[in-house]
Amino acid sequence: MRKGQRIILASVGVLAVLLLAVLLWTWWPRPAGPARTSPATDDRKAIAAFEAVATVLSSPRCANCHITGEAPLQGDDGHAHVMNVKRGPDGRGTPAMRCANCHQETSSLAAHAPPGAPDWRLPPPDRPMAWKGLSPAELGRMLKDRAKNGNRSLADLVEHVTSDKLVTACWKPGPGRALPPLSHQEFVEKFTEWVNNGAACAE
Amino acid sequence: MGKITLKVNGEPRVAEVDPQTPLLWVVRENFGLTGTKFGCGIAQCGACTVILEGDAVRSCVTSVACAEGKSVTTIEGLSKDRRHPLQQAWLAEQVPQCGYCQSGQIMSAAVLLKATPDPTDADIDDAMSGNICRCGTYQRIRRAIHEAAKLMKGARRE
Repeated sequence: MRKGQRIILASVGVLAVLLLAVLLWTWWPRPAGPARTSPATDDRKAIAAFEAVATVLSSPRCANCHITGEAPLQGDDGHAHVMNVKRGPDGRGTPAMRCANCHQETSSLAAHAPPGAPDWRLPPPDRPMAWKGLSPAELGRMLKDRAKNGNRSLADLVEHVTSDKLVTACWKPGPGRALPPLSHQEFVEKFTEWVNNGAACAE
Repeated sequence: MGKITLKVNGEPRVAEVDPQTPLLWVVRENFGLTGTKFGCGIAQCGACTVILEGDAVRSCVTSVACAEGKSVTTIEGLSKDRRHPLQQAWLAEQVPQCGYCQSGQIMSAAVLLKATPDPTDADIDDAMSGNICRCGTYQRIRRAIHEAAKLMKGARRE
């Protein structure tokens, strides 16, 4: 056999082996294990879950205190808080006008009386976590930013939305105030789904 | 019903009431301290303001259970001889008209001056915006708070 023919045969052999390897990788049955979707699929799941999360975060029960500037909002229409209430240096109001002066540990049962939770407050002024007007993607990126979110990890955020009494109080706001669009359980499930799928945000 | 112990104007007091009873009711009905007034009952007017552990709380929406073991100051306990600088300034400026809201106004002002001994007009507006006066005595309230601040400053120098 001439040298040229040997080279051609060797090349064909190498190509055949590579083709076989590719076919085996594609068709070989994989062992059963934890479901593992591709990163692209995970991102789609995360983004879809966060769309639902964002409807809750944008509702007045959350957004009324996650504000820019100094003055919190109130009511389902998000009007400026009466009484010239201000955030103050620690997020808990100003002297003689502290949030907890009126907002007690539980919501009042009387109409128009203040809602309540332990340690009622706004985010502090150095990291106000203001999200009124943000898109879901912008909101998601802000939530994950540890420089803005109080140095919370994703696990900390899940814990925060699951059991922080200031969060759970959104579902017990007292009479005359709309509930967020998801139940608290649904909200936590969607939030957890977002985190478990990589907490991606749309571009 | 339960026994709730709290310190009112420096004295230990016990009330045998439902723990969810508003502090305002206990102060007025159980302890007979009627200087604190019922206005709206929903923390919108400030007439019921008392000082609970240094904060100007609305006693109409504060359950007595929240005050258990804590220190409460009402208008009657602001001074023993009614000579607190705020009381002197209120007289000097002839602040009250009908007077109904004034005990709440004075209690909020006391908390303000404790935190901010020399308040600006803006500080006063921020602190006093939760105390409503249907007679519109706000300008006199502001002057009286400045006056009380001066009296307190003078007292600190002496």
